[in-house]
Amino acid sequence: MIDMFLQDILPNVLKILLIVVPLMLSVAYLTYAERKVIGYIQVRIGPNRVGLWGLLQPIADALKLLLKEVIFPAKSNLYLFLVAPVLAIGPALAAWAVMPFDDGMVLANIDAGLLYILAITSMSVYGVVIAGWASNSRYAFLGALRSAAQVVSYEIAMGFALVGVLIAAGSLNLGEIVLAQQGGFWHWYFIPLFPLFIVYFISGVAETNRAPFDIAEGESEIVAGFHVEYSGMAFAIFFLAEYADMILISMLAATLFMGGWLSPFDGIPVLESFFSWVPGLVWLLGKTAIFLFLYLWFRATFPRYRYDQIMRLGWKVFIPVTLVWLVIVSTAQVFDIGPWFTESAVITAGGG
Amino acid sequence: MESVIFYIFAAILLFAATMVITVRNPVRAALFLVLAFFTSAGIWLMLEAEFLAISLVLVYVGAVLVLFLFVVMMLDIDLAPLKEGFTRYLPLGIIVAALIVVEMIAVLNAPQFDISAAQATDGSNTKMLGRLLYTVYVYPFEIASVILTVAIVAAITLTLREHHRKLQDPAKQVMVKSADRLRMVDLRSKKQDGEGSES
Amino acid sequence: MNYQVPNMLFALPEMVMLAMACVVLLFVAFTGNRKIQWSYGLSQLSLFAVLMTVIFSWGDTGTTFSATYIKDSLSDILKIAICLINMCVLLYSVEYLRARQLLQGEFYVLALFATLGMLIMVSANHFLTLYLGLELLSLCLYAMVAMHRDSVIATEAAMKYFILGAIASGMLLYGMSIIYGITGSLMLQEVAAAVYSSSSSDTILSFALVFIIIGIGFKFGAVPFHMWLPDVYHGAPTAITLFIAAAPKVAAFALLIRLLVDGLIDLQTYWQPMLMLMAVLSMIIGNVVAIAQTNIKRMLAYSTISHVGFLLMGVLSGTDAGYAASLFYTLIYALMTLATFGVILLMSRYGFEADNIDDYKGLSSQHPWLALLMMILMFSMAGIPPLAGFYAKLGVIKAVVDVDMMAVALIAVVMSVIGAFYYLRVIKVMYFDKTEEKCEFTYSGPAAFVLSINTLLVLALGIFPGLLMSICSTVFS
Repeated sequence: MIDMFLQDILPNVLKILLIVVPLMLSVAYLTYAERKVIGYIQVRIGPNRVGLWGLLQPIADALKLLLKEVIFPAKSNLYLFLVAPVLAIGPALAAWAVMPFDDGMVLANIDAGLLYILAITSMSVYGVVIAGWASNSRYAFLGALRSAAQVVSYEIAMGFALVGVLIAAGSLNLGEIVLAQQGGFWHWYFIPLFPLFIVYFISGVAETNRAPFDIAEGESEIVAGFHVEYSGMAFAIFFLAEYADMILISMLAATLFMGGWLSPFDGIPVLESFFSWVPGLVWLLGKTAIFLFLYLWFRATFPRYRYDQIMRLGWKVFIPVTLVWLVIVSTAQVFDIGPWFTESAVITAGGG
Repeated sequence: MESVIFYIFAAILLFAATMVITVRNPVRAALFLVLAFFTSAGIWLMLEAEFLAISLVLVYVGAVLVLFLFVVMMLDIDLAPLKEGFTRYLPLGIIVAALIVVEMIAVLNAPQFDISAAQATDGSNTKMLGRLLYTVYVYPFEIASVILTVAIVAAITLTLREHHRKLQDPAKQVMVKSADRLRMVDLRSKKQDGEGSES
Repeated sequence: MNYQVPNMLFALPEMVMLAMACVVLLFVAFTGNRKIQWSYGLSQLSLFAVLMTVIFSWGDTGTTFSATYIKDSLSDILKIAICLINMCVLLYSVEYLRARQLLQGEFYVLALFATLGMLIMVSANHFLTLYLGLELLSLCLYAMVAMHRDSVIATEAAMKYFILGAIASGMLLYGMSIIYGITGSLMLQEVAAAVYSSSSSDTILSFALVFIIIGIGFKFGAVPFHMWLPDVYHGAPTAITLFIAAAPKVAAFALLIRLLVDGLIDLQTYWQPMLMLMAVLSMIIGNVVAIAQTNIKRMLAYSTISHVGFLLMGVLSGTDAGYAASLFYTLIYALMTLATFGVILLMSRYGFEADNIDDYKGLSSQHPWLALLMMILMFSMAGIPPLAGFYAKLGVIKAVVDVDMMAVALIAVVMSVIGAFYYLRVIKVMYFDKTEEKCEFTYSGPAAFVLSINTLLVLALGIFPGLLMSICSTVFS
């Protein structure tokens, strides 16, 4: 028993901690970055009081939330009210299990990694829905309904976009998908799969209920939507889950469409050797940061969508676009077009 | 170790499935159904059927039951009529259920189900499944897709009511005259005896 | 695994049907109900095209799509029947639907997809294909019954049909899954071989068989699984009732033959008594309860139940001649039902359903031709020589007599005599009851013409049953 603990369980627990702790820190500083970025976009300074340039602000926020009282609304469904934040944070963390940070640097190298991520992220909606229902509040309930409809709709477009990636890469394993993009940045999938790339990222924004798709919160319409009744740590957990999901979606976009840990200078004569010392993790984090910045930029720029506009965009624009592009990708794959579809023609040959 | 995990999953699954049909609140029933699906996905994972397990979670937990919840949450079901007749039909129900249980125990005890033959193959069964679906089972697979298409057509046929749609016609709005909206009625105040009727 | 590229030509009827159904779907989606005539024409054209592909490939046999699909003479003849029946159904129902604002493009789309489901069923060589075809058909039928959304009884009928149908499908699937668990295959021939070679006790197989029989019984509407049938026949708009009553029974016959005869023939000792019970009960309940009905659609529903009983009789005999007799019965039944509902559809106009037996009072004096047609049909359904219904009943009774099931044959004869009562009552109402009301309606056009031919065919097949009978017997030899 102890042997098994030392050999199997302990290393995995350590690895999990190695992912979760930095993730939590990233979430904390993502909120700081958000306030700063939006502040500068709106010609303000943003938080600058706590610590140097306000750098300790997230710590102060976390402490404040920790010490606040969690209030249970009257006539709420107490059990579900408490389960909801757990259901929100659980999938947001579990999805990281299959994320490759560098070649071989992955907690669980499973074959159906992409499917796993889709399945786990699709569950994050339960946190929102249950929170909205259990709160026994009209606003929270409206938020839950909006979120349920929105997430289910955009999951389809997102799934189709990912199908394009897996056709191109010939694998569901995230590591293999990255390796299939080797050979310079013009091999990355954002070029041949450009429409899918756009659809994926926008659907990702919608899946995480972020602006301009934040109708589930909609603070100007339904106060704060599904988490209007939550306070203190319970609220903080929703917050954590949302930001962890944002980072996940951004890192997935980097992995699936931007070559993951691969250096952008691969295949360029001088620069390739010049930058060869940089670890893959840095490139991955850099690419992720670009997408995270896009998230913040969207929030500062776009007004919120109306509910029916969201539905129209999802069903009538994204799904047809992805379907058409899937046909194109499949055709390209069969006929070995460009530098993208040549290496991985294994599955189409059918004789493997 | 594995059998311990299996029994834990199986116990949760049975508990959740029982709760689905006994719990009073439909929303909680739906949530227990989610739990049941999730644990059965776990059991499938233990059988190395990872594709099936993941698609179960993806399709049922991630999409079907969300929509289910969506509908159930909006319903305001009065549970009293549903309970009516429960005790009246209970004896008959118990007898039938007991008969079925006895029958199934008698029948399914026979050692004919060769479960070992159903072990998963080595390697990625996602790839194997995909290859089978698009070659040997391509015909049933296509029929299944037709069924889904028909389901959409049927659902739209039964729910879309074109003539009840509220549409604004700007041209009509511009052309509207005051007489269309306002009707002038001559309401002569009754003369009360002596007193004015202003107040 | 060895995989051979399938010979798509075998499945040409299904592919044409699917392609045309999608064309009609798109056409309807883009034109709405403005060009409903075109949708109608396209639907007829697609059924005709399918008919042609079947006729021109007549005689080729074999399996394809890794043996999930079979083309044999049974599938050919059933497909021809299904296409012809559905062409007539569409023709008869146009005016009825138009008068009730039900003539929508979706009707044609669903009808074509339902036809596709039937084609798939009759050509299935695999439990999976069989089940999927059945589901495709059922799904379309549920939606069609519910199409009249403002009608309370139609909605109720659709609800009953849907719930009971879903339970039946579940039963069927459960039985199939047990069979898969034992034999390790879902392909009919492999299942048959595995059942044949399994020397151990058949307890589990017969357990699975029970579920499969329940599923089939539900789809046919055989007693004791007949509860949905009268409500659905009564509740659905008559045109939809016609659609449900005619061709799906032909497809259900294929389901029965494929499952029990092609797949589980070695369990005959188990399914024979079950079918016998269902057949006898159906004949008794169907015929006796039909007497009490005042609504002609309900009466025809119970009459269908009794016909199902007769039809099952041929199959339960377990001989080739019995199967052929059942096939003949199925085709004749479809023909008679088609024409009977055709008459009802022709008589009903806006605000008048013509579904009470009293509505037929004095029909003979006002519309003698229509009354004559109805009389031929009623006589044929009652099994009076020399009409087609007589030979159909004779064939199945002979089949059970040949295997020494005298009691079943006796019950069948007694029941057909009892059944004659309510058919003759309709004739009595038409010819001998007088009414002051004038039933004002005119009938003309292609529907009436085809209806006449359809009815005369019942007469002709009664006088010259030999050709169709010999075709039926070559199918099973």
